[in-house]
Amino acid sequence: MTNYTLKADAVTQIFGRRLIFDNINFEFKSGNVYGLAGHNGSGKSTLAKIIADIIAPTRGKIIHKLNEEEIASEKLHNHMGFVSPYLVLYDEFSAEENLKHFAKIRGTEFDTERVNFLFNEFDIYNRRKDLMKGYSSGMKQRIKFIFALLHSPELLLLDEPTSNLDNEGKDAVYKMIKNVSEKSLVIVASNEETDLSLCTEILEIEKFKPNK
Amino acid sequence: MKALALFKKDWQSEMRTRYAINALAMFILVTISVIMFSIGQEKISPHLTGGLLWVVIFFSAMSGLSRAFVSEEERGTTLTLQLIAAPTTVFNGKLIFNLVLVFIMNFAITILYSLLFESFTVNNMPLFIVAFIFGSLGIAISSTVIAAIISKASGKGTLYPVLSFPILLPLILTLLEITKFAIDGVTISESVVEIASLISYDVIMLTAGYLLFDFIWKD
Repeated sequence: MTNYTLKADAVTQIFGRRLIFDNINFEFKSGNVYGLAGHNGSGKSTLAKIIADIIAPTRGKIIHKLNEEEIASEKLHNHMGFVSPYLVLYDEFSAEENLKHFAKIRGTEFDTERVNFLFNEFDIYNRRKDLMKGYSSGMKQRIKFIFALLHSPELLLLDEPTSNLDNEGKDAVYKMIKNVSEKSLVIVASNEETDLSLCTEILEIEKFKPNK
Repeated sequence: MKALALFKKDWQSEMRTRYAINALAMFILVTISVIMFSIGQEKISPHLTGGLLWVVIFFSAMSGLSRAFVSEEERGTTLTLQLIAAPTTVFNGKLIFNLVLVFIMNFAITILYSLLFESFTVNNMPLFIVAFIFGSLGIAISSTVIAAIISKASGKGTLYPVLSFPILLPLILTLLEITKFAIDGVTISESVVEIASLISYDVIMLTAGYLLFDFIWKD
């Protein structure tokens, strides 16, 4: 098991004059599944983006550590996998082409055996050479999981992971979360009870609102 | 290597979608045709044709070079890039893409120009080649930085030429001067100051690009 820790130190986010959440503190460790819960617009995706270093918090900071060593911001993408409904892959490429490009841009080898295993896990192997523009939203969501798992990340960040998925797709995701969380740190941002039932600890974002 | 992989991704994507190449090709053809129709049978001076060459290049660059970042933003794939590459890799990859486009575009414009305008005669070709190479470099570097800035804004189409004009003006003025020298047959040793200004512009823009890109790239 990898020793990955994620620490939030007094993270506050304000958009314009609206306070999204205030003074969030937590420490997450690998080998667990953590949940970020809250109703629509509560700031789950915002917190997920802050954790992924896509947006900067207004105050406070997020510290990623692997084996007690802090990971520099510009190297974080090598250690993290991210899935969300607003993540878009390239429609003009096939699923396999997308993944090949991503592996090369990351500077990693394209592991055909692993990719084929993941295509089979998410039941999309037969469509891997089709252009993404012909995919349904559920199939695109499945490809995003392969995209996130391609480089075997130590941190897997899943924002609304089961959106657009049918029951078979959801089962594949839950099975994957269980497997990955044995070695890595998994964070699930969702308001689906079935998604959150996998979590060992849940962070209620509502509690970090000023009027709560 | 990572930047080269990003360039390959962009190039393959461009070959399939033709976002930038079609815009550039159409703009070059239309602009040169308009200039030819405007001139008609008039005999224009070599200096004026030299100046018009860089006008065509400037506006053609405005029509196509912003696509490197704007297409990512419009398709929503910026987040994907942020998740797979460091900001420096993205900047380098997009810069290589714009460099290739600019050199192809400028080469095509210059060849067409030489064939269609008899009065465009260069008496010092090495000096013109120096201006061509460092001018193209400057346009590609500046366009990449400006494209990254405007891709996050609304009203991208208007903002790009507006923001580009003051940034590219010193470059265009220097290029006009060197092109005039090349047409007049002035030697390279007599144009050292202008060539040094041109190279300095490229170095300043490249340094500014690397320093600013981290801030531009992250929300």
